[in-house]
Amino acid sequence: MKYVDEFREKKLIMNLADQIKRSARGEYTFMEVCGGHTAAIHRFGIPSLLPPGIKLISGPGCPVCVTAVDYIDRLIALSFTRGVAVATFGDLMRVPGTVSSLSEAHAGGADVRVVLSAYEALEIAWSHHDLNVVFPAIGFETTAPGTAVTVLKAASEGTENFFVLNAHKVMPPAMEEIIRGGTHIDGFICPGHVSVITGSSAFEFIPRNYSLACVITGFEPTDILSAILMLIRQISDNNPRVEIQYNRAVTAAGNVKAQEFMNEVFEPCDAEWRGLGVINSGGLTLREKFVNFDAGASFNIEVPHHEPDPVCICGEILRGVSRPDQCVLFATACTPVHPVGACMVSDEGACNAFFKYHVHE
Amino acid sequence: MSEKISLSHGGGGRQTHDLIQGVFTKRFGMKDPMTDSAILTVPSAMIAFTTDSYVIDPIFFPGGNIGKLAICGTVNDLAVSGADPKYIAAAFIIEEGFGTSDLEKIASSMADEAEAAGVKIVTGDTKVVEKGQCDGLFITTTGVGILREEYAHISSAIRVRSGDRLIINGSSGNHAVTILAARRNLTFDVPLISDCAALNHMIRKVLDNNDGVHFMRDLTRGGLAAVLNELAAMTGRGITVEEDSVPVDEPVRGLCEILGFDPLAMANEGKVIVVAAPGEADKILNIMRSCPEGKDSSIIGIVTEERPGRVVLNSSTGGTRFLDMPSGIQLPRIC
Amino acid sequence: MCLSVPARIVSVDGEMAEVSVGGAIFRAGLQMVENVRVGDYVLLHAGFAIEKLNEEDALETLRLLKEMDDAMTE
Repeated sequence: MKYVDEFREKKLIMNLADQIKRSARGEYTFMEVCGGHTAAIHRFGIPSLLPPGIKLISGPGCPVCVTAVDYIDRLIALSFTRGVAVATFGDLMRVPGTVSSLSEAHAGGADVRVVLSAYEALEIAWSHHDLNVVFPAIGFETTAPGTAVTVLKAASEGTENFFVLNAHKVMPPAMEEIIRGGTHIDGFICPGHVSVITGSSAFEFIPRNYSLACVITGFEPTDILSAILMLIRQISDNNPRVEIQYNRAVTAAGNVKAQEFMNEVFEPCDAEWRGLGVINSGGLTLREKFVNFDAGASFNIEVPHHEPDPVCICGEILRGVSRPDQCVLFATACTPVHPVGACMVSDEGACNAFFKYHVHE
Repeated sequence: MSEKISLSHGGGGRQTHDLIQGVFTKRFGMKDPMTDSAILTVPSAMIAFTTDSYVIDPIFFPGGNIGKLAICGTVNDLAVSGADPKYIAAAFIIEEGFGTSDLEKIASSMADEAEAAGVKIVTGDTKVVEKGQCDGLFITTTGVGILREEYAHISSAIRVRSGDRLIINGSSGNHAVTILAARRNLTFDVPLISDCAALNHMIRKVLDNNDGVHFMRDLTRGGLAAVLNELAAMTGRGITVEEDSVPVDEPVRGLCEILGFDPLAMANEGKVIVVAAPGEADKILNIMRSCPEGKDSSIIGIVTEERPGRVVLNSSTGGTRFLDMPSGIQLPRIC
Repeated sequence: MCLSVPARIVSVDGEMAEVSVGGAIFRAGLQMVENVRVGDYVLLHAGFAIEKLNEEDALETLRLLKEMDDAMTE
């Protein structure tokens, strides 16, 4: 496959691994904040290619994992509401709420359908006038513009039976929260596809205010290894900045059209990140003029407040302070089949990837 | 016969007789009058005995249908145990309103597959249930095969040793991806079809010409990842797989990339893992490659003493990771 | 879901396109990209093309990697 295979050539990968071994001086801790990077790093066995002094940790980069539990509970309640169909990304189906999941709700007769895009959910609304279609809008800046385009289309078509239960979040405030929380980080592997939308400028505050190295990278093994090499060099040159390794897709300004769509439909707000608490300006909310499309405003959904498991250390794992196998519940009570906490829930979660892929010595 | 199956076809009276005669008995080569049980003579030997239910959605898919799946699945379960598949029983649960011509097509497929595989469908049952009580058609097939003493070790894996090689007869994940695409109305620019196929002739050729087979299992739900993890657990040994050696067709890769699935954990319906003694692996590989169902056979890995019970994947990109037991349901009603 | 994959434009119909990912055909909204033509590659994410892939930059990245490869094998 073009743009994929060439970036997975074994020889190039082994050479990069070798270069990293020769350039590394001492110990480094690099954090990635993108579920796609978490999955790619483990799927390609990247940790097995690095010298022992380089630690790769995961931050809160998995949008499913950082979605509050009562959001899932509200979706389940909606799915059982007469005349409502929940049309969702497949990733949300098995996420456990307080008592149940969308997948179990479907088994119990609720109208839950899997879609590949917000637009597909809108099309269901167009072809089923008797249904109120609710689309759970989760994801970061990569996904929010697509939701925005869809809401604008619904508005221009005068669609009255399409709704969005919004939980979109934005990355930079969460990264700042993690830095200020005291986690030891030497550099960031910055999110590749969030950056396609925001541009590298969104991350300039990190080297400027905190002197941390940053490299925006893609998802192939050569991308990730190149980024690690670039981070090591920034540190040895004492020149922290934002570099773009993923230049075939990312620019300094980003995708301006996508940003415009996003800003037209959404505005920043404070948001709860599961495991991290409320992050100022960490989320997006629908602007007033689109309130007709807000499922939260249009349907009366009450759910009991959820108490997190006191033994679960997801918060520390999302901050990069602890490793998955340091959690008492890891691989015992908490597994991919029976997840307890946020990090085990999704295929992109730190604990999930660690459980499935990490070869322990 | 009428165009659609109705409840009266399941009533046990004249219409049931018409259904069985009209759709099944002639196609399956059964004698009249039908008896309650098929009376069979088997040599005094061990018997391999298996049963499976088929609830696949959609019932017709590129590369086959539920009937073909049922015959091939049962034949394969017998063949991978080292047995010679002989007789099949087929029970049908039909939803009221199911099209008669569809049922005839399915029965014809079953007859064709059975004949090609050299097995006889000797007995069966039909029931019709009310609309909504089953989804179209469910089939249960039960099969009997003759097992010679010299092959009795194959299904238990007792002869598996470190150093044994693992061989697959072709590409991984075609069935699951075909079904997934059919359900979502996805198309491909290079047509992709299910790998549904009977493997008993290929397996017979291997067993008749070589005694180095230590274990066999067919790959269905959970794919390669599931079978390898089961084998590691059964034998208490480790398994190492070379990702580069596992054939995966391009459209399967593409769909898995975009949906986040692992091609090595996707279901198959015409694939087997053969575990071979190290000195015999190349010979067995060549025998498999000489058969149409095995033309893309490949040695994909080795049984080891390291990390007992786990499967390690040497990825195409040079890294190493676990290939874990697939968890949850990747795709419901895949077979 | 975070997944974005390179996809080749197979046909364009106004705001929507059909794209191929390793041979599997999907639909993509083109609202966020400009001047896409059949044969171009885009990043497909959740049913939308979020960016056009820049072939020159991709080739440049690969060239640099290969140069490093050549330097190391000398």
